[in-house]
This record gives sequence, C-alpha cells and structure tokens, in this order.
Amino acid sequence: MTELATYNFAYLDEQTKRMIRRAILKAIAIPGYQVPFASREMPMPYGWGTGGVQVTAAIIGPNDTLKVIDQGADDTTNAVSIRAFFQKVSSVRVTTKTTEATIIQTRHRIPETALQTGQTLVYQVPIPEPLRFLEPRETETRKMHALEEYGLMHVKLYEDIARHGHIATTYAYPVKVEGRYVMDPSPTPKFDNPKMHRSPALQLFGAGREKRIYAIPPYTEVVSLDFEDHPFEIQTFSEPCALCGARGSYLDEVILDDKGGSMFVCSDTDFCEDRQSEGHQGHLSANPAQADTHAAGVEK
Amino acid sequence: MSDMPLLRVNAVSKFYGSRIGCQNVSFELWPGEVLAVVGESGSGKTTLLDCLATRLAPSTGSVEYRMRDGQFRDLYRMSEAERRFLMRTDWGFVHQNPADGLRMTVSAGANVGERLMAVGDRHYGNIRAAAADWLGRVEIAADRIDDQPRAFSGGMRQRLQIARNLVTNPRLVFMDEPTGGLDVSVQARLLDLLRGLVSDLGLAAIVVTHDLAVARLLSHRMMVMKDGRIVETGLTDRVLDDPQAPYTQLLVSSILQV
Repeated sequence: MTELATYNFAYLDEQTKRMIRRAILKAIAIPGYQVPFASREMPMPYGWGTGGVQVTAAIIGPNDTLKVIDQGADDTTNAVSIRAFFQKVSSVRVTTKTTEATIIQTRHRIPETALQTGQTLVYQVPIPEPLRFLEPRETETRKMHALEEYGLMHVKLYEDIARHGHIATTYAYPVKVEGRYVMDPSPTPKFDNPKMHRSPALQLFGAGREKRIYAIPPYTEVVSLDFEDHPFEIQTFSEPCALCGARGSYLDEVILDDKGGSMFVCSDTDFCEDRQSEGHQGHLSANPAQADTHAAGVEK
Repeated sequence: MSDMPLLRVNAVSKFYGSRIGCQNVSFELWPGEVLAVVGESGSGKTTLLDCLATRLAPSTGSVEYRMRDGQFRDLYRMSEAERRFLMRTDWGFVHQNPADGLRMTVSAGANVGERLMAVGDRHYGNIRAAAADWLGRVEIAADRIDDQPRAFSGGMRQRLQIARNLVTNPRLVFMDEPTGGLDVSVQARLLDLLRGLVSDLGLAAIVVTHDLAVARLLSHRMMVMKDGRIVETGLTDRVLDDPQAPYTQLLVSSILQV
C-alpha cells in the first residue's frame, strides 16, 4: 500500500493521540466522569462515530485485532467504512469474530458473546450527558454531577411510569457507575445494561461532537437506575431468532414483504453466524426440514 | 414560637459597581413569622431577597441560619453542596413567574415529587401519593396530576409552585411577588390558601411585594425599603395605620381607593 506513507499510523498525529490517551487515563481513573478533550475533525461527519474512531485511533497498535459493529452487525455501512478506514491508515488485522478481537468499536450494541480480560470495547456516543433533556444548561448539569444531585434523573423515570405504567425508556437507559456518577451508556438497548456490570473488558466511550470521553474500567459496578416498586427490567422476546433459534439474545425485526410479513433475527450477526455454523437453526433457515428437528430438540 | 431566631441578617450590603443594590440591612426572623418587604420598583427588595436566599452573594455582611440541629451557620461559609441541599429541603423559593420555579415540560406530579426524589425517595407509589396529597392541599384537581404545567392557568401554576416547594416540609419560604400578574379574584384565593398553609405548617416566610394589601393580609411584620435602605420597620398594622417615615406615609397614601 503505497498511499500508507501519506498517513501517520492510525491517521491521527502523535500529539493528538497523546492528548486523547491522557483524557482516557483520566476517564479510567474517575469511572463514569465525562472528561473534555480536544476532539479533532475526522474524515467523516459528526454523528458517524468520530468520537469512537478517535478513541480507537489513540489506543490501537500494530498487534491489535479490530472488530467494528453497527447495531450489532459487522456488515452495515458504518461498520464497513470504519473497518476499511483503519485497514487503510494502520494496516492492523481486522476480524468479525468477537472472541478474536482485542478492540471492538461499537455503535448501539454490546456483543452477545461475553467479553474477556484484555479486550476493549469502544462506544460511539452521540450525547454523553444523561441529564441533557431534563436540564439543558451544561453549567448546571456539570454542577449536578459534581455535587451528586441526581434526583432529576428519577423525574424522567417517574414521568415514564406516570405516562405508560412502566419505565418506558428502552435505550440509553441511565446507569450509576461505582456508586458515584450517573452515566449515559450511549444508545445501547437497556437489554445490554447488565453486560456492563463488572465486565472484565475495558469500556471506553467517545463523543466526538460533544468532545467528551468517559470510561468504565474492568470489574466496575454499573447499576441501572429504578424505583423500589418498579425495578429495572430488560426486554424479552416472545420468539427465538428465525435463523439460529437463539433465545435470550437481542433480536431485530426484519421486514420480509409488503404484506406485513417479518421475522426476528439476532442483531449480533457474528453470534448468529457462529450458532448457525454450529448447526443451530431457526424456522426460516435455508434448510427448514432440519430446523424443525432443531427447534424441537437442540434448543433446551 | 421559639426563643431563638431562625435567620439573623447582619449589615448585608450589595453593590453593583458603584450602584447600590441594598445597603446595611440587619434584622432577625423568628420561626413561624411572616415578614413582608415592601417598597417601590428598584428599591432593592429583590436584591435583598436574593442575598438572603443564597442566589446572590452579598458584598458585605453575613446571613446566619439556625439549622435543624439548633446551630447557627453562616450561609456564605457553607459549601455549595450544603447550601443547595438546604435550598431544596429546609427552604422554599416561590418565584413571581411560575415558569422560573417549575419544570414546564414534566407533569405536575413529577414537579411536586422532584424534591422527594432529590432527597433519596425511590418508591414510586409513595412519591405519587405525596404529590397527589399536595395537589389536593393547593386545590388542584386530582385528575390533573399527569398534566404538564404548560396546560395550567396562571393561578394553578402558582399554586403548583407552592406545592412543589412545601412538599419537603421546609421551615423557611422566600416569596418574590407571589401574586404578581394574577387577577384579583385568583389573587384573593391564593392569598387565602397561603395564609392557611403558613399558619397550619408554622412556616416562616419572607415575602417581597409592592402590593401593600398583600403585605397586610399575609405578614406579621413589615420592612419598608427605599433606595436600598430600610426606612421603616414594625408590625404590619402599625406601619400601615400609623406610618412614621415620610416615604412610608407617601406609600400608604398612594394606595388607590375603589
């Protein structure tokens, strides 16, 4: 690749990477606290993961293996472009396998396969401030974080229950990190919140437009906020994945025709493909004859 | 009434550059007492109120408050966290414009419940019951609990603001023109409500108003301000019926008779 010479390793210049690493170190030292950083212009628009890309660029090394997912999938536009970007500017190894990756950059999902020690999950964050829509003044929300005044966060949950009879927030569900900072887990479904709790992997969050980095170090307590009489609950699905038959994974609805037909499939494509290659099948698999035996037999 | 004042104000002054906001104000406020601060626009009433309610740091002087443990604490020597905690538990602040004191985009019930959640109440059923109880006490119909204050009339908003402030059983409430901008019949009902609440709960209150009739109805004691200074102070009936200072005489004689 001759054009590689025109880029510094991982696109950003060394001084910028150093600045971002400093912000990351501070973020790890104060779990859940939003550290301001001098976000750079990236060769992509804000909202496409400029924060996550900068964090990844700052921590990636020649020996790393990168996986990029968008809504759980490895093959969507955003994931493919970011993966191609890092191949071009750092020539690191890339993968779609969760277990092989050392760095996983993600938008809106945490992989179904449990993460391990040594892995780093990098989130793309659109709005890092969990109190933003309740209190628009950043001066005030920073003071509220500093003084641990989080009553307002429960006002939002109260409103949900008053209006819908249950906590209707399904994504970007606020969490309290290590008993101190209230944090926005980025727009992941609340289904993924329990995976953040005491995860062995390092979790880094980058918000490019908002110029904030925050982090959850390995084995950190992450508790979803709730009421005593309305405890936190994750989404459940009434049917298994139509392709791999998995129960207990997060499903996407895929429209099949214009007559109202649809199917539910795992949003984590790597997880789904792994299961299919192991022989698990759902009711819409390529070979439905086998599916019946599996639906009846294998899934217990 | 206790034999110790609730609030001690010592020679508080506030300067805006070379201009005077208020100058050399000293007084004591006792538990259960309602004090009216009256005067014309620009006389320094609101500046004084803001200095007392820790919304504006005074240039000189001190404000001491007797905490629930009986100790006097200088408000401006406390940490900001303590001050803000005091403001949302032991104190209330009723703004002239309810939109300044309410969250206009969350429901009435959540507006009342916010203070409870801020002090750590995490039981939805209890919070909602307390909110419903307080809406009833300020005469807001129970079926409006999930409506946003945007859908409320001016008088209802003001009553909601009062409920929001009183839900944590404060001991001291600051009010800045609580009936300003309301028509007379709504104003009369609000005053009636306030009078009832203040006497039932034994609240101490400092009410800033330019309306002498409001001061007469609500307050036990009155301070008259002009050009940032206190020109006269005394029992409300005495000040209004037998004003001593020339400015107070002018003020009292300026009331329009219907």
